[in-house]
Amino acid sequence: MTSITLTINGERRTVNVPPMKRLLDVLREDLHLTGAKEGCGEGECGSCSVLISRDGGPAELTNSCLVPVLQAEGAQITTIEGLAPADAAKLHPIQQCFLEHGGAQCGICTPGMVLATHHLLAKYPHPTLPQIQEGLAGNLCRCTGYMRIFEAVEAAAGASKAGKPGP
Amino acid sequence: MTTPGPIVGSSPIRKEGLAKVTGRAQYVDDIALPGMWHGATVRSTIARGRITSIAFDPSIPWDEFCIVTAADIPGENTIIHLTKDHPCLAAEHINHPAEPVLLLAHPDKHALHAALAAVRITYEEQPGVFTIEDSEAGAGGDAAKVIWQGDDPKHHSPNTFKTFLMQSGDDPAEHDAALAAAFASADFIVEGEYRTGAQEQLYIENNGVIAEAFRAADGTLESVTVSGSMQCPYYLVHALTLVFGLPAEKCRVIQTETGGAFGGKEDFPSVIGSHAALLAMKCGHPVKITYDRAEDLIATTKRHPSRTRHRTAVSREGKLLAGEIEVVIDGGAYSTLSPVVLSRATIHAPGPYHWPHVTVRARAMATNVAPHGAFRGFGAPQSLFALERHMDKIAKAVGLTPEELRRRNLLGTGMKTATGQLLSDPVDMQGMLTRALTESNYHARRAEFDRMNPASPIKRGIGFATFMHGSGFTGSGERRLNSLVKIELTRDGRPRILVSSTEFGQGTNTILAQVCAQTLRIPYEDVLVAQPDTKIVPNSGPTVASRTAMIVGKLVERASQSLLTLLAPYLTFPDPTADFDYSTACEVPPNYTPADFTRAALSYLKQHGALVAEARYESPGNIFWDDDKYKGEAYPTYAWAVYVAEVAVDTRTYSATVTEFHALQEVGKVIHPVLAKGQIEGGVAQGIGYALYEKCVYVDGLMRNNQMTNYIMPTSADIPPIFVHFDEVPSIHGPSGAKGIGELPMDGPAPAILNAIEHATGISFTEIPLLPEDIFERMTNPGVAHSSRSDEWGTTRGSDGLNATDRDTPSEVTA
Repeated sequence: MTSITLTINGERRTVNVPPMKRLLDVLREDLHLTGAKEGCGEGECGSCSVLISRDGGPAELTNSCLVPVLQAEGAQITTIEGLAPADAAKLHPIQQCFLEHGGAQCGICTPGMVLATHHLLAKYPHPTLPQIQEGLAGNLCRCTGYMRIFEAVEAAAGASKAGKPGP
Repeated sequence: MTTPGPIVGSSPIRKEGLAKVTGRAQYVDDIALPGMWHGATVRSTIARGRITSIAFDPSIPWDEFCIVTAADIPGENTIIHLTKDHPCLAAEHINHPAEPVLLLAHPDKHALHAALAAVRITYEEQPGVFTIEDSEAGAGGDAAKVIWQGDDPKHHSPNTFKTFLMQSGDDPAEHDAALAAAFASADFIVEGEYRTGAQEQLYIENNGVIAEAFRAADGTLESVTVSGSMQCPYYLVHALTLVFGLPAEKCRVIQTETGGAFGGKEDFPSVIGSHAALLAMKCGHPVKITYDRAEDLIATTKRHPSRTRHRTAVSREGKLLAGEIEVVIDGGAYSTLSPVVLSRATIHAPGPYHWPHVTVRARAMATNVAPHGAFRGFGAPQSLFALERHMDKIAKAVGLTPEELRRRNLLGTGMKTATGQLLSDPVDMQGMLTRALTESNYHARRAEFDRMNPASPIKRGIGFATFMHGSGFTGSGERRLNSLVKIELTRDGRPRILVSSTEFGQGTNTILAQVCAQTLRIPYEDVLVAQPDTKIVPNSGPTVASRTAMIVGKLVERASQSLLTLLAPYLTFPDPTADFDYSTACEVPPNYTPADFTRAALSYLKQHGALVAEARYESPGNIFWDDDKYKGEAYPTYAWAVYVAEVAVDTRTYSATVTEFHALQEVGKVIHPVLAKGQIEGGVAQGIGYALYEKCVYVDGLMRNNQMTNYIMPTSADIPPIFVHFDEVPSIHGPSGAKGIGELPMDGPAPAILNAIEHATGISFTEIPLLPEDIFERMTNPGVAHSSRSDEWGTTRGSDGLNATDRDTPSEVTA
């Protein structure tokens, strides 16, 4: 067991876990943040996506199933739970747009897809369709055929024009 | 009658949407019960044989583990679907790779891995049967290839789960004579053989359940409860009653939020649910089993591979005169749902065309592969793929465009399908074909591609498929299901829908709430939908077969009407002299508002304590089906569609991509346009995967590419713009006129895409999935058919001596 400290959704947390335990399992089992899902366990489906940044750098979209928790020591991690905390009055605009445009069907890919969109819009505030397609290509959705998701992303980009996106 | 209002036809936020976008929705793997153990499955390493010994490696502290074998099963060792040939755990014989033999449970999930590897099973191995052809050899008398015998040899040939013979006409002898005469006098006889591969549902949430077992004070098993990811809670109840020898009311099943299903969680939860419950019974703790992706891919059901042969008599004018169609599906090791998949394949095989004489012979065969099962479309994608490729082949043989050939044969209002069903509802496939080809700019594109292709290394093409999909259970299925829907009032006077129909992304909760809200004339937000828990919800049937919107939706509409009737005496009337007829369902007083509903509901509850309204399925009087002759109203109604695909085939990389897609369908009233579009687009994406990407690679019956890394489904970068168009012709069978929609979009993409590829390349591909290596093989070696199979069925003959073979040289095809 190793004591590891990370910042999760703005809060410093210390866990005592095997150092090679997957970040995904630490989030789900030790920190009870079950929004990140395991779909494949090998970094193909993206349903375990979280945002990780280090030393105040830009957030990287990361498959938490591929990261030993030791590597996340000291990192700032945003999970779906951190995007719009349960006590928040409003959803993040991306979440709202996914709701309104049918971007979530079965919902299992949605947390990862929402975080991937967050990452994409940070990089390209007004992405073209190819940029959206490329930006989400690491997150598989079996329900939607992606069209509703593309619409949701475009709407969220529009929404961020009007107001400032969240974290 | 309810008049369609603003709720049905609008697109409110999906009921469970907030939980999903915030990550708070609880899927089975997000749930942990106190004291819960984790279960795992020891699987066979051979495809076929006999277990000779089982040993436990002493390096593992086995006393910490719970071990379940077939001997621990208190009831019958069977997973019931339609027959009892499928064991819950293999006791002696192994019939497919990765067949469950033993179950293990341990408090620590991470301890299971080593334990699984430390169970050593030895076998006396027998050669397996892995192809339809080998299975047919067994059926034909090759005793070494007989791997399955039905319990009643009178009804089952060896290796043959089910056969159907569907013939037009009333008298079989007359039919045979007429068919023979049509072939004798036909201007063209066109033959073709078409194959489709297995396809994985690839829901992103793997199969998983949590089970609990409860014992009476004297230690006897009293009841079991299984929660998990599934489509059909009452299927699992039925399975548990047999495995545990318990009455149905002692087998409780709860559906948790389900991360995709597509049929893959129709029959399989009966297996994993029974397994977890056996472990829970033996170890005395709740037990969770969740498969990882690799296990889910080798162990759970896939779409049935198929081989379809067509022999068609056609006139010089392009009229279909007669057809002989043979559909064979590979059912895997046990019968499971193969007979009903075959049924849908059979009925859809003649497609949306008028056939003066047609015979369909269909068989479901056994192989030593994990059982194939339900997958969106349920047999129809296979036989419609064959038909819609074959129609393009016929067009070429006759010298008509694909469009003109279809126009001369499409069914329409007042005509009869191959089962003799009169199409009394309006059917306008001619108009739909015109609209789809206009929306997709088909003719201009076709001409443009014909002009550009010769000089370009990228060959573009456009093709289409015309098809239909039956809504609801086949034949007498709905009558047998006898579905029941209830709506209760909560203490605060809100209606709560009680159904076993499950939400797994397609929108069940939302559309049923819309139907209820519309009928009660209250806001959508006021309607609640109960979590499917067999302790509280009635059996509204399985969530399959494009039946939820139409069949269950209609029952929700009727139960809502019944609720209004019960509340009618409590509704306030602005004009006390108004002559109001309480007996007329769903009539409301003038100036009725949602507040009136709530007041009436609260008054009723105050006086009576509770209110539950219900509606049970009643077969429409004009629906008759003959299961023996395969004749009559195969489905209450059909959804109709024309799908157009545009493709680009790169002759340097041999990759084919879909560049634009138009999906036009007539699905009755569209209840929720955003969800409906999402259903169509998702189905089209799965259809693109079926056609061009998704290949299950089997070696000795075992799926070898059992990872998302090498089983390739379309990503956001692979999907073309998909344009969805609806024609809405209300049907009397569904609420506000809705029909089935869920499976339809799986049927059309594959043939439309391969028709487009033939336009682009001049090569007639007859098998899916069509991967770049297959295209490479045919382009570089034109004499070789797909998969190096002999192509004796691949020629086109003209009875007038013409020999119109479609050898695979690129040709100019003009529309």
